[in-house]
Amino acid sequence: MAERQTVDARGAFCPGPLMELIAALKLAAIGEEVEILSSDKGSVADIPAWVAKVGHSFVGSTEHDGYWSVVVKKAK
Amino acid sequence: MSKTILIVGGGLAGTIVANGLCRQLGTQLRSGAVSITMLGTCDTHMYQPGLLYVPFGRMREHEMFREQSRVLDRRINFFVDPAKAIDAEKKQVTTDSGRTFRYDYLVLATGSRIMPQSVPGMQEGAHWFYDLEGARKLRDALNAFQGGKIVVNINAPHKCPVAPVEFTLMLHEFLEAKGLRDKSEITYTYPIGRLHSLEPVAHWAGPVFEQLGIKSEVFFNTEKVDPQAKTITSMEGSELPYDLLVTIPPHEGASVISESGLGKGGWVPTNTKTLHREGSDDIFVVGDTTNIPISKAGSTAHFEADVLIDNLASLVQEGRWAREYDGKAFCFIETGFSTGTYVWFNYKTPPTVAPPSQMLHWFKLAYNRLYWLSARGLL
Repeated sequence: MAERQTVDARGAFCPGPLMELIAALKLAAIGEEVEILSSDKGSVADIPAWVAKVGHSFVGSTEHDGYWSVVVKKAK
Repeated sequence: MSKTILIVGGGLAGTIVANGLCRQLGTQLRSGAVSITMLGTCDTHMYQPGLLYVPFGRMREHEMFREQSRVLDRRINFFVDPAKAIDAEKKQVTTDSGRTFRYDYLVLATGSRIMPQSVPGMQEGAHWFYDLEGARKLRDALNAFQGGKIVVNINAPHKCPVAPVEFTLMLHEFLEAKGLRDKSEITYTYPIGRLHSLEPVAHWAGPVFEQLGIKSEVFFNTEKVDPQAKTITSMEGSELPYDLLVTIPPHEGASVISESGLGKGGWVPTNTKTLHREGSDDIFVVGDTTNIPISKAGSTAHFEADVLIDNLASLVQEGRWAREYDGKAFCFIETGFSTGTYVWFNYKTPPTVAPPSQMLHWFKLAYNRLYWLSARGLL
C-alpha cells in the first residue's frame, strides 16, 4: 500500500485545499498519496480536474459528514 | 527552579513573542524565576513587507532595517547563532557554533524562505522581490525596462498571499507613469483555477485586471524557466514568452526543522488552536513555521504570537491555559500607489474585501512605520 499523508484543509479560506495539495505534492515522493480533507464541495471537482491536467493520479473522493476526503497519488 | 523559554528564530513572530513575554513576565524575569533566550540567524531585523515597495523606489532600504538587539527587550538573552539541531526528546537545541541550549518551553519561529533553485531555470531567468537582493535586482530591471512582455508568476506555497496582486497593480501604475504601459503586456499566472486563493479577492481582482488590461492565466504551476529562450512553462502544459519575468518562488520552511525530523519541508505539524507542536506540550509553533492551512503572513504570525504570549505567560504564572487561536488574519492590500483595501478572516468568518480607498492606503503606509511598535510588543 502506498504511503499516505493527510492534509486537513477543512475550513481553510486561504490558501485553500488545492493550494495545500499542490504544496504537499511538491514534498511527496513519487508513488506517495496525499489525502486532502476539504469542507469545500468545489474541491471534489477542482482537484480531479487539475490532477488530470498535470498527470498525477486521482485515487478517489469520499463524502463524510460535512466534508470530503480527496486522495491523489503523485505520479511524476 | 528557573524556567527557560527558548525561542528559535528572530523574525517577526519570534520577536513579538519574546518582547510580549517580557511585558507579561516582568516579576518572574526580575526574580530569576524565568529566563528568555532567542537564537537568531542575523543581527538585523527586516520589515519584510517593505520589500514590495523597493522595486518601485518607494521605500529606502534603511527604513526596513533595525538592529535586532535594539528591537528586543534588554532582558532577552539574544544570540546570533542559528539552531543546527533541535532535540525534542532531550529538550535541547544545538547551534552552528556548537553551543547547547536547554529549555522548559520551546518556541519555534524559524519562518520560511524562497526556493527559486527548486525550479529549473528560475534562479537564472527570473526576478523576484521576496528578499532584499532580489528586490534590488528587480528595481534595476524595472528601471532599465523599455517595454515588452512582463509575466508575474506565482508559485505554491508562498507567504504573504496578497503581495503578488499588490505588485501587479503597482506595476501597472509604474509603467503607466513611465509612459510604457501601452508598449507593455502584463500577464499574471496563478497556480489554481482563479486569480487568488481567497475567493473574494479573486472575484474582486478579475474585473480590476480586465479594466486595466492585465492578462491572466490560471492553473499555472511552473515546471521550468528557459532563460535563453525567455519562456516559462507550466506543469499544465502552457508556455509563455517573457521579456521580464517576476516570480514569487515556491517557499520552504527552515532546514533545521526538516533535518531535526520535526516536519517535512520545514513546516511543523501544529495544533490549529493551541499552537502546540502535535504530540508535544512544551513546544509551540508560531508564524510561517506551522503547517496550519492558513495564510503564511505577517498578520497571521502577529495574531498567533499574541495568543502564544498569553498562554505561555499564563502557564508560567498560574499553571493554566488562557485562550485559543481563532485563525485570525488581516492583510492590507495596496491597489496601486494611491489606494488600498484590506481583507480579514478567521477559521469561521469568510473574508470580504473592503472598497479600496485613499484612506486605507495611508493607513497601510502608516503601518509600515508602526510595525516597529508591533515588533516591540506595543501594538
